[in-house]
Amino acid sequence: MDLSAISPTLLIAALMVAATPIILAAIGELIVEKAGVLNLGVEGMMITGAICGFAIAVESGSPLLGFIAAAVGGAVLSLLFGVLTQYFLSNQVATGLGLTLFGLGLSALMGQGYIGIRPPTTSKVDIPVLSEIPVLGPILFNQDLVVYFALLLVVATWAVLKFSRAGLILRAVGENHDAAHALGYKVVRVRLMAIMFGGACAGLGGAYLSLARVPQWTEGMTAGAGWIALAIVVFGAWRPFRVLLGAYLFGGVTVLQLNLQAAGANIPVEYLSMSPYLITIAVLVIMSSGKAKAALNAPACLGRQFHASS
Amino acid sequence: MIALEKRPEPSRAWSFATPMLAVLLTMIAGGLMFAALGKNPVEAIRTIFWDPLFGEFAFYYRGQLLIKAGPLILIAIGLSIGFRAGIWNIGAEGQYIVGAICGAAVGLAFYPLESFIVFPLMVVFGALGGFLWAMIPGILRVKFNTNEILVSLLLVYVAEFLLASMALGTLRNPDGAGFPGSRNFRSYPAGFNEEIIAGTGMHWGVVAAFIAVIFTYVLFARHQMGFQIKLAGQAPRAARFGGVNPARLVLFCLGLSGALAGLAGLFEVSGPAGQISIDFNVGYGFTAIIVAFLGRLHPVGILLAGLLLALTYIGGEAAQSALGLPAAAIQAFQGMLLFFLLAVDVLTNYRVRLGKREAV
Amino acid sequence: MSALLELTGLTKAYPGVVANDDVSMTIQHGEVHALLGENGAGKSTLVKMIYGLVKPDAGTMRLLGEGFTPAEPRAARAAGVAMVFQHFSLFEALDVAENIALGMENPPKMRDLAARIREVSQAYGLPLDPSRLVGDLSAGERQRVEIIRCLLQNPKLLIMDEPTSVLTPQEVAILFKTLEKLRSEGTSILYISHKLEEIRRLCDAATILRLGKNVGTCNPREETARAMAEMMVGEVLHVPERKPHATAEVALELRGLSLAAPSAFGTALKDVTFSVEKGEVLGIGGVAGNGQDELTGALSGELPAQAGQIFFEGHDIGPLGPNARRALGVLAAPEERLGHAAAPDMSLTENAVLTGTVRKGLSRKGFLNWRAAKDFTNEVITRFDVRTPGAHTAARALSGGNLQKFVIGREIMQDPAALVVNQPTWGVDASAAAAIRQALLDLAANGAAIIVISQDLDELMEISDRFAALNAGRLTAPVPAAGLTVDQIGLMMGGAHDLEAAHG
Repeated sequence: MDLSAISPTLLIAALMVAATPIILAAIGELIVEKAGVLNLGVEGMMITGAICGFAIAVESGSPLLGFIAAAVGGAVLSLLFGVLTQYFLSNQVATGLGLTLFGLGLSALMGQGYIGIRPPTTSKVDIPVLSEIPVLGPILFNQDLVVYFALLLVVATWAVLKFSRAGLILRAVGENHDAAHALGYKVVRVRLMAIMFGGACAGLGGAYLSLARVPQWTEGMTAGAGWIALAIVVFGAWRPFRVLLGAYLFGGVTVLQLNLQAAGANIPVEYLSMSPYLITIAVLVIMSSGKAKAALNAPACLGRQFHASS
Repeated sequence: MIALEKRPEPSRAWSFATPMLAVLLTMIAGGLMFAALGKNPVEAIRTIFWDPLFGEFAFYYRGQLLIKAGPLILIAIGLSIGFRAGIWNIGAEGQYIVGAICGAAVGLAFYPLESFIVFPLMVVFGALGGFLWAMIPGILRVKFNTNEILVSLLLVYVAEFLLASMALGTLRNPDGAGFPGSRNFRSYPAGFNEEIIAGTGMHWGVVAAFIAVIFTYVLFARHQMGFQIKLAGQAPRAARFGGVNPARLVLFCLGLSGALAGLAGLFEVSGPAGQISIDFNVGYGFTAIIVAFLGRLHPVGILLAGLLLALTYIGGEAAQSALGLPAAAIQAFQGMLLFFLLAVDVLTNYRVRLGKREAV
Repeated sequence: MSALLELTGLTKAYPGVVANDDVSMTIQHGEVHALLGENGAGKSTLVKMIYGLVKPDAGTMRLLGEGFTPAEPRAARAAGVAMVFQHFSLFEALDVAENIALGMENPPKMRDLAARIREVSQAYGLPLDPSRLVGDLSAGERQRVEIIRCLLQNPKLLIMDEPTSVLTPQEVAILFKTLEKLRSEGTSILYISHKLEEIRRLCDAATILRLGKNVGTCNPREETARAMAEMMVGEVLHVPERKPHATAEVALELRGLSLAAPSAFGTALKDVTFSVEKGEVLGIGGVAGNGQDELTGALSGELPAQAGQIFFEGHDIGPLGPNARRALGVLAAPEERLGHAAAPDMSLTENAVLTGTVRKGLSRKGFLNWRAAKDFTNEVITRFDVRTPGAHTAARALSGGNLQKFVIGREIMQDPAALVVNQPTWGVDASAAAAIRQALLDLAANGAAIIVISQDLDELMEISDRFAALNAGRLTAPVPAAGLTVDQIGLMMGGAHDLEAAHG
């Protein structure tokens, strides 16, 4: 095994790419959960976004249009979840699972004609001069736009939740929907908007996989990324920057194990491939065991049904 | 304006009617989907739901029905017990795989010993494998309060890599000329899960599924444990007040559902699938979630729902060969079924009022 | 000048019940107007219509002479109507300033708002720190948050729903000063309560509702409490009888019970010590959220304690779970009826099985005997006059009073040697409450030890032999209830642990 073949700089640059789909999906889910809704359909929305984005990018030749389509696709699918849970008052866990199962089937169906095609490339931003800086250059100034967008989204989410009235109302709805209702806030409307935002973000995350990271379309290509995003939200204790940290941690493990595989490490490939999932579980355990602090941040109405009786 | 009004009590009539209504709506929506794919919707629905039972090749398909329904029912019964208690094991697919690996490994270890003890031992170890795999989220939940939904699901991916490693490495058939996959149990009678009545598809896994249905029925109708499970799911605080130990319940539900999923995996791998191969699992562990809900978490309902979903698998294959319908269409169709069920379920607990507007 | 608010012929029907039937009333400027009635008399529905949460089926409202039809609370607030809810509409994980901002239409910048909160809270004698998490506040402080949220909008009409039910007598006095100051500034107050003495002290006018109808308006200062009570209830009330108990044999004893808080906003129990004798009723008062739920849980066995802290007839029952304690005869009825004392979606029979299995022999080798369970359920229904179509009815379909009779009856019919009840008559109409209190006293007369945890001081004074108060998880030493004055009780609830000071 030749560990010297692994360059820390390239590793970090690659880690950011690997983490981006998770960041996007997890930030979306964070907003959904802050509104008091548990949507377990992230995987389904991601993969639907992946194929929507892929198909439109291939047909139009424009990755940008692809990403937009992915966001729309994810949001439309999430609306299904929103209508079922908010108007038909269905169980959120079951509906979320249903969304994942349906999304996997639907995406496979939509992707029939796209297997083995290469999408148009998502261009990298190559900031001259800055990207030449050793170490920092490749990490910070030579990524594609979506990587920057995801980082921006984290900052924006943090700011909106902390400082804006919209963020305050969102948190209030997730914290105590009956009280929010009594004060005259439209609980269902706020939640539907949050759910659609979450769907759009998951869709973008999926499209980033099929258009930039991999880039091609295969059935079931998200391979649990949606579930990892859900775990990262718990790991992040519903805080945007900790979600970012969690996603980078996951990205780091993924990239490292890929590098170890390439370097011919003396561990069977399958066990290396398991490691991101195992580490996600380990991190979940560590987070949930220190219960008081994290539990305080969990929205009190998470997963509970709201029906205004009067 | 349409408004919902909570019923003082859940409606019994609707709780029976909603699954059927959901199936009907799915057929209509599915027909539209098939039409969008350029197929004749009536023909597609007939090919999926009618032909396998009464068509020209029914003699073949009918046997397949039990083969596919067996594992679905067995897994769904286990899941339903947890779901009723509000314990969400959604990693049955992983427990199914690990059960199959453990049971098969024990069987293969005895090869070529011909003894009546081999198969029962495989069954025991299959259940044990699934049980232990499910105990991981169970213990983590009890000890560290870790969300069992995420852990059980993430372990599915781990199990899949484990399966790949077994099929390509540890359990690979030494006489298989380097092909992936274990020795085939068809060539090892002591470990083969044979059809009990030829041509019916009835194998030991189906028997186990029927036993599980009866066992669960009695559990919920008459036994205190069943009552405690229901109670914990509906009103967790009341359950603690009633003396239910939540930790024990979590372990019981996850352990039992894991063991049943493991059993299903073992029966599959030693029978219809025949060998440990990289993709012997076809997602029964996930489809069983739909079966459990469609059967309203009731054992008899699950029996019927399992048969129905098995039919969609078989019909789907038939439609694939006869009409060129993509395999994925059936998966989407099954997902749709769950959605419709969840949507119409509102009628069980709420009354729909038209006209007069209430405060929303 | 016209009246502030005029209601004419307001009617609101829900399926199966007319909540308000042709209700008319008038609130003048600068008046504290009481709205009086039993639980279920229609007070809540009436104020929800004024606050825009519910739309009347018929009738009109006029505010300052103009038609007033608020489509939502926002519109009502804009028109100058503010409301302090009984179950606070607060968000525990948000801080005081954020909570207040949520109740305002155009809140200023957070920093300015914090300054305003400090200013207004000082001016009205309700000190409050805007940066504290609401989850960490006491019930009295939470109420201040609600009141200040209203005051910041300069309301013309302030609606207060049962404001004193969560306060100590001292806090009540502070609240009344605030309300009097508001009145002197010209603000009208609609004051909902069923506490008659309070209304006689504070209010200028009173409207009394019974079964959704306005049964009369009066000047509470000129009426006797008894006359108003009879207007409210429509019948002469039965006062429970009690005989003094004689034995001196200790049944249940707590020795320095300490328990960590079970949840983030829960209360830890600290060194709780008391004993209850057979045939004795121990009343435990205190403002909500001072450890009542935790103490109930510790006594029922839901929150197991360490060995050596809880004894029953000499057995150390601290580490035992609920069913092991039931087997010994220690029974409990928690406060929250739906979801804790009973499972809402389950039938009454199933709810009887919930606690009755051990003592009524409803199971054998783990198999349940549903017939015996049904018989037991029917006994409870008959003996405690639970109004329900039958044993198969879901618990959530029962009215609060009937379900409470069932829950208490279920425990009493199991012949407990010690019974712990938390808020036994909360939200229950007067006749059901009287029946429940009488049943508890009868049980004590038969030799059971009874602990009543309640926030209703009148109730505690009526039925207790000895009284103690919970404050921040600590319990005062129990003292004889007869002869305790309101001031002494207030000191005990406020945490005066020195028994002599409180009692002497």
